[in-house]
Amino acid sequence: MSIAPVSLRAVAHPAEIAGPEKISIRSLNFFYGAFRALRDISLPLYAGKVTAFVGPSGCGKSTLLRVLNRMYDLYPNQRAEGEVLFDGENILSPEQDLNLLRARVGMVFQKPTPFPMSIYENIAFGVRLYERMAKPDLDGRVEESLRRAALWDEVKDKLTANGLSLSGGQQQRLCIARTVAVKPEVILFDEPCSALDPISTAKIEELMDELKEDYTLAIVTHNMQQAARVSDFTAFMYLGELVEFDTTSKMFTAPGDRRTQDYITGRFG
Amino acid sequence: MNQLYASRRRRNRIAMGLSLLATVFGLGWLVLILGALIWHGFSGLSVAVFTEMTPPPGSAGGLLNPIVGSLILTALAILIGTPIGILAGTYMAEYGRYDRLTTVVRFINDILLSAPSIVIGLFIYEVMVAPMGHFSGFAGAVALAVIVIPVVVRTTEDMLLLVPNPLREAATALGISRAVVIRKVCYRAARAGMLTGVLLAVARISGETAPLLFTALNNQFWSVDLNGPMPSLPVVIFQFALSPYGDWQRLAWTGALIITFAVLALSITARVLAGSRKES
Repeated sequence: MSIAPVSLRAVAHPAEIAGPEKISIRSLNFFYGAFRALRDISLPLYAGKVTAFVGPSGCGKSTLLRVLNRMYDLYPNQRAEGEVLFDGENILSPEQDLNLLRARVGMVFQKPTPFPMSIYENIAFGVRLYERMAKPDLDGRVEESLRRAALWDEVKDKLTANGLSLSGGQQQRLCIARTVAVKPEVILFDEPCSALDPISTAKIEELMDELKEDYTLAIVTHNMQQAARVSDFTAFMYLGELVEFDTTSKMFTAPGDRRTQDYITGRFG
Repeated sequence: MNQLYASRRRRNRIAMGLSLLATVFGLGWLVLILGALIWHGFSGLSVAVFTEMTPPPGSAGGLLNPIVGSLILTALAILIGTPIGILAGTYMAEYGRYDRLTTVVRFINDILLSAPSIVIGLFIYEVMVAPMGHFSGFAGAVALAVIVIPVVVRTTEDMLLLVPNPLREAATALGISRAVVIRKVCYRAARAGMLTGVLLAVARISGETAPLLFTALNNQFWSVDLNGPMPSLPVVIFQFALSPYGDWQRLAWTGALIITFAVLALSITARVLAGSRKES
């Protein structure tokens, strides 16, 4: 693992690598009760790319992620204002069907959260609710998902074992397999490696690199090197504001804002 | 040795001694009760107790009809009380967690939890026995169900609140609807604890006498007719123990022994289930 974040990617102009916008966030404000946690955030998530959100604790990056699948709807007194366009449709509108949205926008959490059921069921559970599948097809989907998450070889002989019996790193990959299995279009990673050892972390980063062929990814991370390694675009947030958004190579070599530079080089945060 | 440390050690010894004394005092009574039960009840234990009806004074008999009556009343009460309790507990922990209504219900439920059971008996007498014109097994079961509900509500809510939120979020993030998340994920995670609550409720009602006195009353004969008075172990024990007849008193001791050990077995089962939850 390289320590130097720079020089991992050739510097490219945003326009060169940006494709179509999968998600467009437009002047988004977010409130926990009276507290305004996000201030006028506008940025795109490009299709088939990895976008990293970095910034000190409490800057609102996890909050932003939780707006994208409307996870905040589970709790009272939390509300978002503005627009989040997903393939052109505003997902913040009250007509949005939340379950359908969440099936299209998957999420992997900081702590692994296997369901209290077998490894097989952990994956089949979500699939069954959206697709009527014959047993062999479902078996195939489970295997495919576990392979994608680089977990198949470790668990293929104990698919009936409880998901909680796996190690932390394996549990996290199980959660990724579970998310991939329902075939979402976007996957949100909320500090997916902060509870994992370096080997598991490396496996998950490799995985993200493969996943971006088919999915649009967003990752919140506290680890600058990780952001530099896995992402194409980086957004630096500070106190609820988006300070800077650019290609990762530009952000890590020639940041436009003083605060970005200070944070990335570890001068504060 | 440091003076301060020495005095701290002395105070520690005193506190430990007092705690030990209190424990011995509390446990002592329990041992005495169990000892008396076994001493008086064990000699009366025979096959006849489980195969014969309650006798008239002066003749031989058993406790078959009150045992069966108690089993029916308890089963019916659990059947009525458990679904209501689980649904209410689910509302409080899942759907209405942040509602004012939940706070109110929780407060009232706690009052109901500690309400004297004789009050519940009188209440059911007023709303069921008096209008129907006669005592009945139904009324007895409903009175017991009223005792079951707050116990199950409380344990269900507590156990569901222990299910970590990230687990709910993870299931929700897959696009799974609320109802399925609760049924398939939360219930599964809280299963052992919820079952323990039901078993505790069984243990609680199987020894209740007061609510049955005004509702199911009693029956000297074999009866499984829920529309009429039904015998039950606690009421028979109450009646026989107060009687002047030696053989009735002996049967009362035996009945008490049977209830106590049945409840003990249930509590141990509940403990084992609760313990296995932590391991998995």
